[in-house]
Amino acid sequence: MSATPLLELRGIDKSFGPVQVLRNVALTAHPGEVTALVGDNGAGKSTLVKCISGIYPTDSGEFLFEGRPVSINSPRDAAALGIEVVYQDLALCDNLDIVQNMFLGREKHTGIVLDEPTMEQMAAETLAGLSVRTVKSLRQHVSSLSGGQRQTVAIAKAVLWNSRLVILDEPTAALGVAQTAQVLELVRRLADNGLAVVLISHNMNDVFAVSDRIAALYLGQMVAQVKTTDITHSQVVELITAGRSGALGLAAELTGGNGTGGAAVGTTPGALR
Amino acid sequence: MTTTVVKKVGPAAVTPPVTVGGHVRGYLSRVRGGDIGSLPAVLGLIVLCTVFAIMRPSFLSAGNFANLFTQGAAVTLIAMGLVFVLLLGEIDLSAGFASGVCAAVLANVVTVLGYPWWVAVLAALVTGVLIGTALGFLVAKVGIPSFVVTLAGFLAFQGIVLMLMKEGANISVRDETLVAISNRNLPPAIGWALAAVAVAGYAAVQLMRHRNRSARGLVTDPLAVVAARVGVLAVILGVAVYVLNLERSRNVLITSLKGVPIVVPIIAVLLIVWTFVLQRTSYGRHVYAVGGNKEAARRAGINVDRIRISVFVICSSMAAIGGIVAASRANSVDPNTGGSNVLLYAVGAAVIGGTSLFGGKGRVLDAVLGGAVVAVIDNGMGLMGYSSGVKYVVTGVVLLLAASVDALSRRRSAATGNR
Repeated sequence: MSATPLLELRGIDKSFGPVQVLRNVALTAHPGEVTALVGDNGAGKSTLVKCISGIYPTDSGEFLFEGRPVSINSPRDAAALGIEVVYQDLALCDNLDIVQNMFLGREKHTGIVLDEPTMEQMAAETLAGLSVRTVKSLRQHVSSLSGGQRQTVAIAKAVLWNSRLVILDEPTAALGVAQTAQVLELVRRLADNGLAVVLISHNMNDVFAVSDRIAALYLGQMVAQVKTTDITHSQVVELITAGRSGALGLAAELTGGNGTGGAAVGTTPGALR
Repeated sequence: MTTTVVKKVGPAAVTPPVTVGGHVRGYLSRVRGGDIGSLPAVLGLIVLCTVFAIMRPSFLSAGNFANLFTQGAAVTLIAMGLVFVLLLGEIDLSAGFASGVCAAVLANVVTVLGYPWWVAVLAALVTGVLIGTALGFLVAKVGIPSFVVTLAGFLAFQGIVLMLMKEGANISVRDETLVAISNRNLPPAIGWALAAVAVAGYAAVQLMRHRNRSARGLVTDPLAVVAARVGVLAVILGVAVYVLNLERSRNVLITSLKGVPIVVPIIAVLLIVWTFVLQRTSYGRHVYAVGGNKEAARRAGINVDRIRISVFVICSSMAAIGGIVAASRANSVDPNTGGSNVLLYAVGAAVIGGTSLFGGKGRVLDAVLGGAVVAVIDNGMGLMGYSSGVKYVVTGVVLLLAASVDALSRRRSAATGNR
């Protein structure tokens, strides 16, 4: 574990109109580690990811990237820092092929002409580097791929760009057993290659299988971020469902989600180990 | 980090070279999977031409062949622009009357105000760009469905044409250059030269790509397939130029009439330019992406609104060119220029050619193939003496057929997981 986290969030607030979705959220992601982000439906996981990737502006809070304060106002800013997100719905264009999807929005050119051979070669190298052997042709349309293959393409797309931080939003949610294993192996390989990985998942088996740290969101508040080895399965479930578990999480009087942002400030740092 | 992730250039995703047989099998399986492209248009064209040729031998005459091009030119040009709008899954119902407005501007500038032809053409094109920008802005920024925006445009532009025509009178277009577009022909030698340049250029591009890809060890089409493509193009162009270069004047003593109509190279150049834009530039790639999955395109950092506005600008500009060609063919502009069946023929042409109404699938070539089908139906049924009523019904049925083929092939692809 390195001393400075690659990405550190402090005091992130986000409201949609009257609904406060994120309250004073803190999160760190370290290079070479998989940080699992867990939480119940509506806890704010997806919103947090969209804030990190620049799709939603935050109301307040700080982003530190390698210890430097940065501001992320658009997906391009995030991409420039090396932050890539693999969304739950994958965000692939069915009518384009694998190479076209991997380079979408960042095509290689010679002059104004697309440089297809270079893109195809880079795509092949990236897939080979991730030991992906399930794809028949790089020029097949994404619509003809299986769920696991699509996930693979989406992940390969994310690592193609010298990315430093890859955020995966429920990558195994729609996959079968064998494909889930493949994707988790891929996730682990990303971290082993030195990337910081944030994995959003509902599946405790997945979380304990690959993560180094677990961060739990409860009703828009980060109730705990701990090493996976320091916590048990049932403690995580308690954090997700009740916001506290023993000494971890929100202080007792604040459970139930009525805690104000100000009160959470006091509890969150204490919960960090 | 890619640099650390990419350790070896593995053969993981590189498949062995494709054979000719494999290429054909791949194509057949794509067709079976619902990716039929322009196949219905090409087959339809063959069937229609055969039927008309048997029923009315004059259909095959050189004069009629030349007529087909000038008759179908305006609709084809408008359809080429519509392909861009259809690729986003949008529609432009105002394209017909937009071409009418641009033609009216052209006629007013050149005939009423007496400016040279190029000023008039420029004015018409600028009008097209402005119309497209306005439509695109209303669709992309204000968020009104394109169907409603362009339906309103359909009505409003009809009114603008009437106003520009001073309530119903028509304005003649007598400028030599403008009239020549649809009514004059290239000298036969130049026709041959252009055909040769086209074939040579196509062959050069294909061979360069083949060499470039095989040099990098990427999957390539077999050389035989490349040669076959070039050969087919050479044969089609050769036959077309040969027939168009035949004498088609009824009385050679009075006037000689032969050569490729000037409008044909205009269509060919625009076809090449727009095909290049769609297939070989980021802009084109982004148009397909927005048409395929708008959200994915947005997340990829593509400015979706800009793409949506731009396709309407292209569509209306192509409508302007269509309007200029129509004005040239009629030697005049009247309140019905770009009206009646022009728009529906243009939408029909694009869809018959294989462009999907659901967005994300289509080529500019589709508009040309579909435009040919529409022109052949119009022309052939006219030769057989059917009334306009019958022609409209038949064209409507063909459009429905094409849309059904589109919808069914989409379902089939969904079933086979191809699209």
